[in-house]
Amino acid sequence: MLIARVVGTAISTIKDPKIKGNKLLILKQTDQLGNEIGQSFVAVDLVDAGEGELVLTGHGSSARQTFLTKDCPVDAVVMAVIDHLEVDGEVVFRKE
Amino acid sequence: MLIAKVIGTTVSTIKDEKLTGRKLLILRQTDETGTPSGKPYVAVDTVDAGIGDLVLTAHGSSGRMTDLTQNRPVDAVIMAVIDHLEVGGKVVYRKT
Repeated sequence: MLIARVVGTAISTIKDPKIKGNKLLILKQTDQLGNEIGQSFVAVDLVDAGEGELVLTGHGSSARQTFLTKDCPVDAVVMAVIDHLEVDGEVVFRKE
Repeated sequence: MLIAKVIGTTVSTIKDEKLTGRKLLILRQTDETGTPSGKPYVAVDTVDAGIGDLVLTAHGSSGRMTDLTQNRPVDAVIMAVIDHLEVGGKVVYRKT
């Protein structure tokens, strides 16, 4: 899994029929402190995450282990919203 | 999934028989605003995308989860054409 920040939404009309109705979020991976690193990617939202939130994403075939994404052409899902991150005993991020 | 721009077509005569009739597009990954970044790659088109379109691609075994790519030697598939991208509450890309 990766820690990522929700930076936006991707809207699509023409898409594989199996992924109709799923919310597609644009995310950017972050480090353990919540600072954005790396390139953006898109994942199916399972937990109603909002823009700006830190989330956990599952990738590859693991992304198809949920009811919503089973056998769908999906390689990334948002499966948790992060409340806080603790590193070296200190809280380095807390959800507002 | 990755956001990518369609930049061209690959044409091949001698290929695995399971790939016959599949459209192979050349893509480049983009950032969350649709600006190309990174190296080009090839994916099977299942949504009739056109040159210049922004699309979503699924990778790995998820690339074989569409009707057109099931059980075929494919590791990347275009499964959606992007209508628009929203970042920070603003539309940063709109399909023309």
